[in-house]
Amino acid sequence: MSDGSMEVPVSEPAARPSAGVQPAGAGPRQEATGRAAGAARDTDVVMRTEDVTVTYDGIPALRDITIDIHRNRITAFIGASGCGKSTLLRCFNRMNDLIPTAEVRGSVLYHGEDLYQPGVDPVEVRRHIGMVFQKPNPFPKSIYDNVAFGPKVLHMKVDMDEVVERSLRQAALWDEAKDRLKDNALGLSGGQQQRLCIARALATSPDVLLMDEPCSALDPIATGRIEDLMVALREQYTIVIVTHNMQQATRVSDMTAFITVELDEHDNRTGTIIEYEETGRLFSQPADPRTEEYVTGRIG
Amino acid sequence: MASLFACALVSLLVTVGIVLALAGPTIEFFREVSPLDFFSAQEWAPTFSPASFGVLSIVVGTLNVTFWAILIALPMGLCAAIYLSEYASRRTRKVVKPVLEVLEGIPTVAYGFFALTFITPLIRDNWPGFLGDAPGIFSAGAAGLVLGIMIIPTVASISEDAMTAVPSGLREGAYALGATRRVVATRVVVPAALSGIIASFVLGISRAIGETMVVLIAAGNTPNLTFSPVQSIQTMTAFIATTATGDIGVGTITYKTIFAVGALLFVFTLGMNLISSWLVRRFREVYE
Ligand SMILES: Nc1ncnc2c1ncn2[C@@H]1O[C@H](COP(=O)(O)OP(=O)(O)O)[C@@H](O)[C@H]1O
Ligand SMILES: [Mg+2]
Repeated sequence: MSDGSMEVPVSEPAARPSAGVQPAGAGPRQEATGRAAGAARDTDVVMRTEDVTVTYDGIPALRDITIDIHRNRITAFIGASGCGKSTLLRCFNRMNDLIPTAEVRGSVLYHGEDLYQPGVDPVEVRRHIGMVFQKPNPFPKSIYDNVAFGPKVLHMKVDMDEVVERSLRQAALWDEAKDRLKDNALGLSGGQQQRLCIARALATSPDVLLMDEPCSALDPIATGRIEDLMVALREQYTIVIVTHNMQQATRVSDMTAFITVELDEHDNRTGTIIEYEETGRLFSQPADPRTEEYVTGRIG
Repeated sequence: MASLFACALVSLLVTVGIVLALAGPTIEFFREVSPLDFFSAQEWAPTFSPASFGVLSIVVGTLNVTFWAILIALPMGLCAAIYLSEYASRRTRKVVKPVLEVLEGIPTVAYGFFALTFITPLIRDNWPGFLGDAPGIFSAGAAGLVLGIMIIPTVASISEDAMTAVPSGLREGAYALGATRRVVATRVVVPAALSGIIASFVLGISRAIGETMVVLIAAGNTPNLTFSPVQSIQTMTAFIATTATGDIGVGTITYKTIFAVGALLFVFTLGMNLISSWLVRRFREVYE
């Protein structure tokens, strides 16, 4: 699938001078350290949250989240519905900014630089950190215009035809779409629409790809294709995926964080990370009884 | 179900009734006045003797006022809608939306006097000389300007409804690609809401064409074949309103003239609607 795909810039654009921690080049991959705290200033870490707390209307939904996201890994967030997985994911590209009642405290580091410090433009953040949503949301435009939308609005000086083809190939949609690029994207099936949304996100050559339950609206066959796609994309991108489907987490992810809702001292139900571990280990030998309960309860 | 059908039937019957009522006297009118005269004569003086039936004068009068009105109302209404739907905080929207709806309810006669006693003097007192003669007490431009102001809330409120109905998923998708608010508004929300926006434009233009009171008060009510904003003109509606008084005899030529002009107005609005439905089919982006 990656034939015809061009290299993804691994070095940081000049617009984002990072404070100290330089992004890893194509260096050898290090073993996952598992524990978030164990990987301080590790060049393998692309993103890191430090004591992130998110409130809606002043009521905390997520509390003290500290987690590292590793380069070229698929990191999965699992947990019951409403525990705050999407809220956490939306901190990574400042999508929570769009919710007027949401407030994010703590820091979210991207190559060592805090995305929430004053002066950081969320629009700039999102061109490096792409996102795919739960419900496929292609624009009511042609397939071509959907993929070209990002590069166009970012005024990227690129050969648009080439970017569209490369992105559609990366999203494993080229063969199905190449003869109907001018057709409206809404004529595609749900699974194709979701792959189009992935292609659309890849067109701006992001560094990190966030996916919020990307398969929950799809049938098993379409789900399988997206999962294969994620595994293939891992070679070039860093992927964070939210899923409530634990089989999916075991199939595709390298690392898994289990999030659950706890009552805090004010009796607020806030989400927190119980365990963050290599996926195989988290499912086979969960360290925390709450993880074990969730993992076995749902799989068994 | 049955009562809903009855309602639909009543409105259909009323429309058919209007067409029939207009058709009879209009046909009789054209037995007496040739359509060629009607559409090509320069002068509109149907109640004089000898009478002259050059309807172009009042058609152009209507277009003149309508032009200035939509020049104001469409861009400002659309901008207001974009602001309300994409930029304003929830609190601002909560205050402004009802205000718009109240503005829509102000009687048009109030706008007419607003034009005559406030806008016209304001323009005349501050008229820059290099633009030529200042407008008179009655002018197409002042009437059009106030008509435009009057229509802004209609355009804004319907466009805003259409834009708010655009699924937020589309906005999120665009923001996630690094789009700015302006890009999201202009490249995603406006295209997706285009059919509703065009509907608001059509309604606004139809209101401008059909409006009577403001033009009657502020535009002078004197037939004048001109597109100049500084001159006084008469519109089709103003002609009907001033002529259709109780004392004209049924069957007189004046009586039939009123119907002929009414039929022409009807054709205008019908044409507007046909054009708009074509536009909507041609350009809309269906998002579901
Ligand atoms: N826009 C919002 N406004 C207020 N509360 C919200 C909003 N979005 C999410 N929440 C609350 O935050 C909590 C976490 O939600 P979410 O992150 O969507 O969970 P998940 O993705 O794990 O299902 C829930 O209790 C939810 O009700
Ligand atoms: Mg969610």
